[in-house]
Amino acid sequence: MLILECPCCGVKAEETELAPGGEAHLKRYGPGSSDEDFDNYMFARANPKGVHFERWRHAYGCGKWFLAARCTATLEVFGTYPAQTTEPPAELQAYIKSRRPEWEGYK
Amino acid sequence: MKRYSGFAVAREGLNYHLGWGRAWRNPAPRKKYDVIIVGAGGHGLATAYYLGKNYGIRNVAILEKGWLGGGNTGRNTTIIRSNYLQDPSAAIYEKARSLYETLSQDLNYNVMFSPRGLLMLAQTHHEVRGYRRTVYANNLQGVETEWIGPDRVKQLVPIINIDGPRYPVLGALYQARGGTARHDAVAWGYARACSDMGMDIIQQCEVTGIRQANGKVTGVDTTKGSIDCDKLGLVVAGHTSVLAEMGGFRLPIESLALQALVSEPIKPCMDVVVMANTVHGYMSQSDKGEMVIGGGTDGFNNYTQRGSWQHVEETIRALVETFPMISRLKMLRQWGGIVDMTGDRSPILSKTPLGNCFVNCGWGTGGFKAIPGSGWAMAELMAKGAPGPLTEEFSMYRFREGKFIDESVAAGVAH
Ligand SMILES: Cc1cc2nc3c(=O)[nH]c(=O)nc-3n(C[C@H](O)[C@H](O)[C@H](O)COP(=O)(O)OP(=O)(O)OC[C@H]3O[C@@H](n4cnc5c(N)ncnc54)[C@H](O)[C@@H]3O)c2cc1C
Ligand SMILES: [Zn+2]
Repeated sequence: MLILECPCCGVKAEETELAPGGEAHLKRYGPGSSDEDFDNYMFARANPKGVHFERWRHAYGCGKWFLAARCTATLEVFGTYPAQTTEPPAELQAYIKSRRPEWEGYK
Repeated sequence: MKRYSGFAVAREGLNYHLGWGRAWRNPAPRKKYDVIIVGAGGHGLATAYYLGKNYGIRNVAILEKGWLGGGNTGRNTTIIRSNYLQDPSAAIYEKARSLYETLSQDLNYNVMFSPRGLLMLAQTHHEVRGYRRTVYANNLQGVETEWIGPDRVKQLVPIINIDGPRYPVLGALYQARGGTARHDAVAWGYARACSDMGMDIIQQCEVTGIRQANGKVTGVDTTKGSIDCDKLGLVVAGHTSVLAEMGGFRLPIESLALQALVSEPIKPCMDVVVMANTVHGYMSQSDKGEMVIGGGTDGFNNYTQRGSWQHVEETIRALVETFPMISRLKMLRQWGGIVDMTGDRSPILSKTPLGNCFVNCGWGTGGFKAIPGSGWAMAELMAKGAPGPLTEEFSMYRFREGKFIDESVAAGVAH
């Protein structure tokens, strides 16, 4: 069972309490952007087999959004962090690198 | 290859059945093929088969990282139907369903197609309206379905609880020629026929890179060395994004775990397939007597081929409400597969940004039923290098244009 610690309220929540929200750190494109950028933003997803950054909502808890780093090949959770960031925190990236030396790094 | 027949069984019986021979060869890869298909699931094998049968393209290799049919093709609950809402879906799924009718004869391999009838229960007024609309659409599309009332449902499925406490059965969308087939046999039958045409099925051969020059594909790197090809077809279901990344492009696909389970075998008690989309569960009875049960996917990206406990519980809870008699059944086995989900819940059969590289994916939770039609259409796309009538709407570029083939609103569960 997947357990994530909500960085907003500190509760270690199991997955029935959480709602998944897909890929994190999407760069938003709107009016004026190229069709390709908008298409990519709306529909294309990273979907890696390995390290994945994603959005979650503590739906049946504090109700807030947060972000998580997880391995989709093993279900290992590397950590969670607040949603008010544009990229994963440096110490989390370093930790992932220590667990997955072959990881190519964030983007 | 020895043809299978009643006469052959009698003849081989005289020889203690020692003379059958292998159903397919296990060759080492050659240096180059006209066409390489990645993924020996049902869709990959069917693509190769119709390339040979319909277009005479036989210098083909099918590369498989595990064993053939070991992906979703060997993990699904084998529901076959074509009662989709949108015209492009109805066309390709009905093509597939109609090919299933004669597939055993065509392949000389018993795929145990059993058009036993399929019901999609309507348990809310919203569903009643939705399914009646689907029946009208199907009639226009030439897909035979009908709307039936609760009395007829009870007649067809005596073990069902029509006036359930939460969701009484208000009727059903009924496809009399929907049903099931034996999943392994579909993969094995196509594999045997491909091998017989001289195609090489190479198992335990994982594609690790896609080689290209001047924007065109030239070959693949594999765990058994590199192999050249003129055309490449990616037919790897849950691993599509991984292969697309090797090819240098992205797709609107997310990989999720979908589970199924079977009960201990019991006496025959249900000779149709029943899907209950509101409560999220579906069930049929296998020839061995097991109740075959499935439900919804997990919500988060996953490549592990195992799913979450609460989904098993949710599915069982829903079905116990609809079929109270199964509450004491013991469950024998449970497993998961990684399904490739698109935003509109429709597949992608398409050219890609990489020249001579084609992709067939996005069948998600419901592609077993489509195997013959998908292979047929994909073979046309790859042989001609341009989409035919069955594939033109399923391009990967439909998202950019907002031309979705929206089946996600048409069915809560899409198996
Ligand atoms: C639990 C469950 C229930 C389902 N129920 C139904 C149902 O009732 N009805 C229905 O119509 N559909 C159902 N489906 C969906 C159906 O199983 C799939 O849509 C269909 O089987 C997909 O077939 P495929 O050939 O595309 O993929 P697969 O059978 O998964 O084949 C893809 C193959 O590609 C191989 N591969 C991956 N990466 C590589 C690589 N790098 N190199 C070489 N090979 C590679 C894999 O090993 C695999 O064998 C269900 C699925 C699941 C998981
Ligand atoms: Zn919280």
